Order: sequence, then C-alpha cells, then structure tokens
Amino acid sequence: MRGKVIKYGDNVSTDAIIAGKYTKTLKVQDLADHAMEDLDPDFHEKVKTRRIIAAGTYFGCGSSREQAPTALKAAGIECILAKEFARIFYRNAINVGLCVAQCDTSRIGEEDEIEFSPGDRCVKNHTTKEEIPVAKMPEIMVDILAAGGVVPYYRSRQE
Amino acid sequence: MAGGKTVAEKILSAHSGNDVYAGDICFCEIDRMMAHDANGPMAVQAFRNMGGKKVCDPRKIFFIMDHACPAPYERAANLQKMLRDFAAEQGIAFYEAGEGVCHQLMIERGHAHAGELILGTDSHTCTYGAVGAFATGVGATDMGASMLTGRNWFKVPETIKVVLKGALMPGCSAKDIILTVIGRIGAAGANYKSVEFYGEYLDRCPLADRMTIANMVVEMGGKCGFLCFSGMEPKADPDAVYAAEWEINLEEVVPCVAKPHMVDNYAPVTEVEGTKIDVAFLGSCTNGRIEDLRIAARMLKGRHVAPGVRLIVTPASREVMLLAMREGIAEELMQAGAIFFTQGCGVCVGTHGGVPADGEVALSTANRNFKGRMGNSKAFIYLASPETVAASVLTGVITDPRQLGGVNERESNQIR
Repeated sequence: MRGKVIKYGDNVSTDAIIAGKYTKTLKVQDLADHAMEDLDPDFHEKVKTRRIIAAGTYFGCGSSREQAPTALKAAGIECILAKEFARIFYRNAINVGLCVAQCDTSRIGEEDEIEFSPGDRCVKNHTTKEEIPVAKMPEIMVDILAAGGVVPYYRSRQE
Repeated sequence: MAGGKTVAEKILSAHSGNDVYAGDICFCEIDRMMAHDANGPMAVQAFRNMGGKKVCDPRKIFFIMDHACPAPYERAANLQKMLRDFAAEQGIAFYEAGEGVCHQLMIERGHAHAGELILGTDSHTCTYGAVGAFATGVGATDMGASMLTGRNWFKVPETIKVVLKGALMPGCSAKDIILTVIGRIGAAGANYKSVEFYGEYLDRCPLADRMTIANMVVEMGGKCGFLCFSGMEPKADPDAVYAAEWEINLEEVVPCVAKPHMVDNYAPVTEVEGTKIDVAFLGSCTNGRIEDLRIAARMLKGRHVAPGVRLIVTPASREVMLLAMREGIAEELMQAGAIFFTQGCGVCVGTHGGVPADGEVALSTANRNFKGRMGNSKAFIYLASPETVAASVLTGVITDPRQLGGVNERESNQIR
C-alpha cells in the first residue's frame, strides 16, 4: 500500500483511540465516528486523504479493547507505523487485519508519502527517499495479516 | 536450548507439551477464559464469524458483567442480553451485574489457580498472577478463537525479576510499591514481558495486596506477572534467565501518586501535597477489596469528607460489600459522606458512575490515569493508595496519610 502520513506522538492510549464510553456497540461505524475524538479533532478530515499513521513509542497502550484497532480500520486507516506498540494492541490489530509495523518513525514527517505492505522488510519513504527497516513479525502473524485477520485465517484453514 | 526456566516458561511449556523458552512461539491449551460485557459481545461475534456453534468446553468459560453495570443505556443492556442468552445456550457460567469486578470474582470464587493458563478480554487479567496463574489480557477475536478451539498461540515472554527488600513503613501500601516500581521501570518498561516479584513481604502481605501489585503489571506493559510467595508453584529454576533485575527497598517506599496523564509519572505525595481534589474514587480491581475499605473506614470514622469533595466507593464484589456491611464499614463510610456505586468498573473506565467535570481533579485508587479514562478528557487523574485517598478526602487536598492517625500497619487478611 502507498499513502500519506498522519503523524502522532508517544503513548497514544486505547482510551485516546476510542473512549470506553463509546465501546458498547457492535457497529463498526459507531466506533469509527468516535476514533481519536479527544486526541485529534481533525482526524476525520485528515483520514479522507491520508491512510497511514506514523506514531512514536508505545502506541495503543492501556486497555485490551479490540474496538481500538477496529475503530481506526473502520475510519479508513490502512497501516500504522510506530517505534513501539503495546503488546495487546499489536496483536489485536493483526487479528482484525489492520497492518502494523514497528520501525523508527522519527524521520517520517506529516504528509510524507509512504509505501509498505505486510511482509516487506523496509518501509519506503518516497518523500525523503529513505528506506526504514521494519522489526520482524512472527510468521504466524504475517499469515494472519495476509489472510485479513484471525476470522478469515481460521476459516481458510478449516476448508 | 535447554536450561533453567522462568515461571512463564514453565507454565507455557506445560501447556504446549514442549520445552519452550523466551522468544519461542507455541500453541497451548487454555485452562480458563473470562469475558466481560465490554469485550465479550465482539468475542461472541468473532466466534460465530469463525463458524462456531459450540464452545470448546463451557466449564472453562466465565462471562462476567461489570463494565457498564447495571446497564446505563439500551446499547449496553442489549449487549449484556446477547451475552446472557449465549451463556444460557452454551452452558457458560454467567455472573450478573452487581456480582463484582471480573478479576475479583475470578479469584474470590476460585476460578484461578497457580500454574494455570488463563485468558481474559481485559488487560488486567494479569491480576491472577497473585495466585500464580499465567493470566493475560487478549482482544475479542483471540477470545472468540479460544472459546471455539480451546487453544491459542503464544510468544513466550522474557522475564523481568523485581526483588522487594525489607518491610513497608507505616502509611504505605502495596499500591505505593507498584506505583514506585512502575515509576522506575516505566510504563512500557515491561512491554511483552513477564514480571516475577520476590521478597519476604509477599509472604506477610494479604492476597489482596498481592492482587494490587499483579493487577498493575500491565501498566508497565507486562504480559503477565507472578507474585512469587514462598508457597507458589511452579517456581522459577535457580538458573532461569532474566532480561533484567530490579531491587526495591521497601523501607524507602513512600506514599506516592501517578500524576496526570501517565501511570509512570511518579511523584512522592509530599511533592503534590496541597493539590485541590474534586472527586475521589476508592474501588476498582486494583483497590476495591475489604482490606482497602477497612483502611478508609478506619481513617474516616467519625469524620466527614471535606466540603467540595465527592468520595465514590465501589466495592470490588458483592462479597466485599456484604463484609463491609457486616463490619459496619459501609455505615461508617456513608456517615462520612461517601457515595456507594454498584460493584463493577463504571467509575474507573468512564462509562458511568462518577465522571469528573472539565478541569476537575480526580484522586483515584484505580490503575489508569490516561486522558479521558474516567469519561472526560479534560479532567486530571492522580492515582494513589487507599490510605492517601482517605487522608485527602478529609482535607480536600492531596494529603500525606502519614500525617493522620489510624494508618499504621494494614491488618492482615484471613485469606492468604
């Protein structure tokens, strides 16, 4: 995938991604409507033209709510790059088929043009002409992501 | 590779049927699964989307209503009904609203044991490390897959060893210990890792205090934690390999807070003394047990909460509430001006039951102070011990509990 970047800082918590009070629903659009509400009021405007988040350390810290990656995916985010992810968020993102990659995001700027697909060893920054190495993901996670999440992964293995 | 194993390596080895070490990927049989009303519905949906008809073994699964209880609006009510119906259809144990916070119930009702592998749709599932279980939080889809197959995959975590030396000083508690540890190690310092705690303190303190420490392992990123008191099995091998080792001298632990908006934003209470508070919360899976309520009651008895302060008390379970009533604690706290809210998570997680207003300061015994955590991103949350909360509600400002009477040693608990 190739797209432009929305940049965020360190320690973006799952409470910031989707507040607890909005999680009591199974409608993904309801989750998307409140994604990043307190952290970035312009998020929905940005996501119209930018589909990749580049963040700092410890993205997705806090609650195990899967509504967090689900909300971002439903809002239109296709990929999240961060220096470090909180463990549960990282696994949840992959489980719902949202691409995540751990890499040094410090030289990725707002609106930079980025190219990355699951399995790639590097993130390409077309704006700065840099290639940024990506931390290796366990093979099973690569397979789950390639299938589009745990549900399609499981179903494909049953067939 | 062969050699000594950590507790996490032993439990995952036993559940996968292979000798596994940090960094390995393994497939394991799950002993117990817990889902609550906030993430359970998505787990059931994932289970069905995977083609699930019957859960692997209903005796291994527990549904606990605690996050928005009793239901504050129709969406929550309908999702709880969905879980209630699913549990009835599958024969899954179902704990209704008001029974208590899931983690309290899992231990109190004997659903978590040493050496077991337990998954819960809640990050604070790591609390069961207080009794020696490998317990970790997962998302809804992982729970759906586990309910269907009875198995899941794990990356074996590295382990950090934390040695608690000596004894706590009066006025200090387990909450001060874990806030101090997190302040040192950092909010992401144990990300992906297991944490083993050692020290004679763990043999002296009640189960409640071990639960307080285990509960907040996830607040430093931990996957699971073990409170390695002397009777706990399995034990780590003497030659087990640790990623890092920390030593905390308990004599140097002081009453402390986590300042807004990060849990590792540590400060001794003396540094923030005098900060005006608007709302105080005593409760949660971190500090809502009878031992915590006893401390508060002892400090508040015959006194009254300062004007302008709302004190909300949420016992961690029905059993805790009943004990508080029997011991006269509930009455003492009510007389002192406390508001009691239904046993559950609403206040801590910001669904309902005590949302602070814009610009207000909340002093809370819970485990998170992220912006918006209690339901308002314009509020400021300080985390502290029950002792510090009780002292502060009397004065209306953050107060060092050592300045007030009645905060000497915590009474020991009957359950150990």
